[in-house]
Amino acid sequence: MEHITVVGASLAGLATVRALRAQEFEGRITVIGDEQHEPYDRPPLSKEYLAGTVSEEDIGLTDSDDVELGVEWVLGQAASSLDNAGKAVVLEDGSRVGTDAVVLATGARARQFPGGCPQGVHTLRTLDDARALRSELVPGARLVVIGAGFIGAEIASTAAALGCEVDVVEAADVPLQRPLGAEMGAVCGRLHARNGARLHVGTGLAELVGETRVTAVRLTDGRELPADVVVVGIGAQPNTEWLAGSGLEIDDGVRTDEQGRTTIPEVLAVGDCAHSYRDYTAGWLRLEHWTNALQQPAAAVAALLGREHSAPAHHSVPYFWSDQYGHKIQFAGHRSADCTVQVEEGDPDSGDFLALYLDAEERPVGVLAIDRARPFGQWRRKLAKSR
Amino acid sequence: MHYSFLYEQQGPLMILVGELAGLPPGESVRVQGEVAIAVFNVDGELYAIDDTCSHQDASLSDGWLEGCAVECPLHAACFDLRTGQPSGPPAKKPVRTHAVSIEDGLIYVHESTRVTVGGAVVEEVG
Repeated sequence: MEHITVVGASLAGLATVRALRAQEFEGRITVIGDEQHEPYDRPPLSKEYLAGTVSEEDIGLTDSDDVELGVEWVLGQAASSLDNAGKAVVLEDGSRVGTDAVVLATGARARQFPGGCPQGVHTLRTLDDARALRSELVPGARLVVIGAGFIGAEIASTAAALGCEVDVVEAADVPLQRPLGAEMGAVCGRLHARNGARLHVGTGLAELVGETRVTAVRLTDGRELPADVVVVGIGAQPNTEWLAGSGLEIDDGVRTDEQGRTTIPEVLAVGDCAHSYRDYTAGWLRLEHWTNALQQPAAAVAALLGREHSAPAHHSVPYFWSDQYGHKIQFAGHRSADCTVQVEEGDPDSGDFLALYLDAEERPVGVLAIDRARPFGQWRRKLAKSR
Repeated sequence: MHYSFLYEQQGPLMILVGELAGLPPGESVRVQGEVAIAVFNVDGELYAIDDTCSHQDASLSDGWLEGCAVECPLHAACFDLRTGQPSGPPAKKPVRTHAVSIEDGLIYVHESTRVTVGGAVVEEVG
């Protein structure tokens, strides 16, 4: 194997390159990225970067050591197809990159509100998105966030601290119901009102009002909320349309085994675009978690190069965090619909706490903590051992 | 264990951490110096480093001890307690290390002072 092409130049793509060199691949590496920017860290885009407390330089993922990786970067160009049974990547401009193997790390993109949008309506996924939104979050601006998921909640939190008037609109009766369940979703949802943002549940976006620029949002319950800025935070979808016809199995992402192997030999998928089998849940999950994008590539690279790879046991436990209104929310494991919640320490009604998710056999399968990082870390490891 | 305070004296700031008996092996504690400092007991050896992760805002004293390294509780950056160096991503920058001493069963941290010119750190004195 002489030439490996990584499609995607964000965290999972960079982690792939670092793993290739760490696992002694000495051949050529090409990285294709659709954004102009070198790899940068996305989590701060809704938090510190949006708040203006860290710079673009601060969120860069590459450092001086990465020069030694010897990578050929092709930035500002999306891949348009995977050809010749995975042995060629065709770019937007029609050029072909012949390769011996491909690692797909194309990530996901923000789901858009269907139809045209007036000015002042944003989604947040990329640095360019964050630059545009940041310039509009001025003190006194009226912000309406559509969707009280993690991204929406973080933007609301950052905007409230910047002095914006914030309304958050959630179609479900409780925010974060799918990842956290109704009980704990409600606990997290209460953070909005406690910090001066208004949460409206059980109603959705009916219409964006405004000629050239948004002036209000009309809700499905008939109310109208005045708005200078709107953020649509209704989830993400994997960037896999370009793989149609490649022979890969596409089903909410690229289907892979535990190591990231697809149905085509020497084509692997990692990070947000991969719908991978997970030992932890004994099923397939597509994870949009930063930690997964950081850690999954080393296993995929080992599978590709035929190397041994062993990660710490707790890396198999899905993990994400969210920073909202000065609180650190952390979750590890996986919540299924039949889980019950048991508060282990602290008090969800008054502040910091740690809660376990128990499955039908009352085994802990997930852990949620707000501002309890230390016992959370211990539980994350216990979850790995209990498997 | 939590009666830390500062001694102003010549040279580095000296911070009383507490009784050695209050920090058994495997445990850590955060004390306030000029910045917050995390103190760890690794099998009887004491180490002190800056408490705030060099990657993003997180308290390393809440982290997971693995040998002579601590893993940040938020984003899993690992730091060598002896050198302050990160072992890999996501941290790129080291954290400062601080000398620790024990006198009469009490733990003291000697905070590394920074010599600054015009706000920029030009030299660090351990």
